[in-house]
Amino acid sequence: MPIQRKKIKSSLAPGWYFMQGDEACAEGAIAAGCRFYAGYPITPASEVMIRMVQRLADIDGVFIQMEDEIGSISSVIGASWAGAKAMTATSGPGISLMTEAVGYAVITETPCVIVDVQRAGPSTGQATRPAQGDIMQVKWGPHGDNEIVALAPWSVQEMYALTIKAFNYAERFRLPAFIMADEAVGHLRETLVVKEEVEVWDRYKAPGLPPFGTEERNGVPPMPSFGEGANLLVTGSTHDSWGFRKTADPAVQARLTERLVLKVRDFKDEVIETESYFLDDAEVGVLAYGFTARAALQAVKRLRNQGMKAGLLRLISIWPFADEAIIKLGKKCRVIFVPEMNRGQVAGELKKYTTTPIISLPKTNGEVIEPGEIVEGIRRNMA
Amino acid sequence: MKEKIFQMINTEAFPTPFCPGCGHGILMGAVLRAIAELEYDMKQMLFVSGIGCAAWIPSPHFKADTLHTLHGRAIAYATGAKLYNPKLKVVVISGDGDLSAIGGNHLIHAARRDMDMTVICANNAIYGMTGGQVASTTPLGSITTTTPKGNQEPPFDLCKLVEGAGATYVARQSVAAPIPLTRILKKAISHRGFAFVEVLSPCPTHFGRRNAFRTAYDMIQSLKNSCISTEKIRGMSPEELLGKITVGQLVDKGTEGGRS
Repeated sequence: MPIQRKKIKSSLAPGWYFMQGDEACAEGAIAAGCRFYAGYPITPASEVMIRMVQRLADIDGVFIQMEDEIGSISSVIGASWAGAKAMTATSGPGISLMTEAVGYAVITETPCVIVDVQRAGPSTGQATRPAQGDIMQVKWGPHGDNEIVALAPWSVQEMYALTIKAFNYAERFRLPAFIMADEAVGHLRETLVVKEEVEVWDRYKAPGLPPFGTEERNGVPPMPSFGEGANLLVTGSTHDSWGFRKTADPAVQARLTERLVLKVRDFKDEVIETESYFLDDAEVGVLAYGFTARAALQAVKRLRNQGMKAGLLRLISIWPFADEAIIKLGKKCRVIFVPEMNRGQVAGELKKYTTTPIISLPKTNGEVIEPGEIVEGIRRNMA
Repeated sequence: MKEKIFQMINTEAFPTPFCPGCGHGILMGAVLRAIAELEYDMKQMLFVSGIGCAAWIPSPHFKADTLHTLHGRAIAYATGAKLYNPKLKVVVISGDGDLSAIGGNHLIHAARRDMDMTVICANNAIYGMTGGQVASTTPLGSITTTTPKGNQEPPFDLCKLVEGAGATYVARQSVAAPIPLTRILKKAISHRGFAFVEVLSPCPTHFGRRNAFRTAYDMIQSLKNSCISTEKIRGMSPEELLGKITVGQLVDKGTEGGRS
């Protein structure tokens, strides 16, 4: 891989910290090399912005509070082409506004990180309450086919660690990478352990090579920056490998749209990350992600104590989807329960990969799912 | 000079996509001439545009870094690039619909911030690329495809709008006066802080033919007749000024360089 992977010293002194999830996310961004942040106030993501103002001021980075979320993502994309590792954070209503520009970042292959601290929707919904309702939106929101990366932290530790990974994947694949947090994990305060070093991936540079095409059908081209004399032609219209608009050429459109998808799908194993608990002999499967997975793990332990062979598969990455892990889970278990703070978004996705019965345990009252509710939901259905 | 300008163009992108009689080609030439006369290095310049005919003036014609963005968002993209790399000379070139309707919020906020960039608004008073719909700049009474009985909504005065929002350089000129236009563009591009130039550019295809302009030449003539310079305007009575458009430099405030 041409991408530069290196270990650098952590921006925070190594040690133990007691920190909020949103703040840990900002620290992860700084550690990963983020030097541009644009945002707009929104509950429950504003704490990311507040931390970024303070941290970027320390290290001569750029912070701007824009006039709206469209302005935030737009300036993030502009800054990324000027050479920055750039980020914005928001919640559902802001994601809705940013959606058109996410498609722009996909077609122009612009690395950037978008943090979605999910809150209860639809629309304004309940601003201070957690939800996991944006899982499908970040994947299918923009028109056309979009491959993106989305990671779902379940702890303050992962708010930090997965934000670093999101920056790395954004550079590796040249795309927008999402952190699918929620109000609960965003406002959670717990221990964060910072190690001596972090692994950071830097942008692939190769002057003279086309910035929007590769010989391979699934390649990621190098990315020059503004001001380097590359005469960059960046456009959201269909373009050839040098960036010239080709809006009526079927071959160019076919090659571009195929590559934008294959560059992720063919290398999805580099991103897909899951964790298994008690799955070796499990008959009853539970699949969960984000904050809900904490309750699901407790629920599985309780069910084990009660004699039920339950096991948990936790999705750490959401997109690209962990298809092979689901196929394996389906073969192992008689039934799979999916507790999530939405009306069954990931439960529905599972049905693409397994014929094992999937039972959705949705909760959308603006409160987190508790272990007892998952236990009860499984017991009710297994009776 | 001609040779110099050809070196600033991606000639493989020719012919331009503009209709016969469109004013945007004159504007394109004036922008390049202004930069050539200022002796700016195109390699240190970034041209940002939105969606619409005018957005195609820099992209893909200019041999420099160009960023052809979403509809209305050019200024917001330009803000990010300029803030991260203040060495870039950033010029936004886009149309009236793009900058003042869908992108109006970014326009006023960039002016308020005194963002160090030049915004050139090619105002043809119509949505040309999509088939001649009414714009926020279409004069009262004009026929468009969405105002078949004449436009009932008063248009924006874009220069007053950005002046009110805090722009430190504001000017208006028409493509019917390419030499004064080049002079103004030179001042705007070399201005430090937020500079805005409204460039009146005729659209014979979608505005002219529906509004009793028989030829593109008639539209240029009409611009020549209705534009009056800020110098000449002094001493003219309100009756004489009826239906006239003020052109020239409208605001030029000293600035410490604007935000970058």
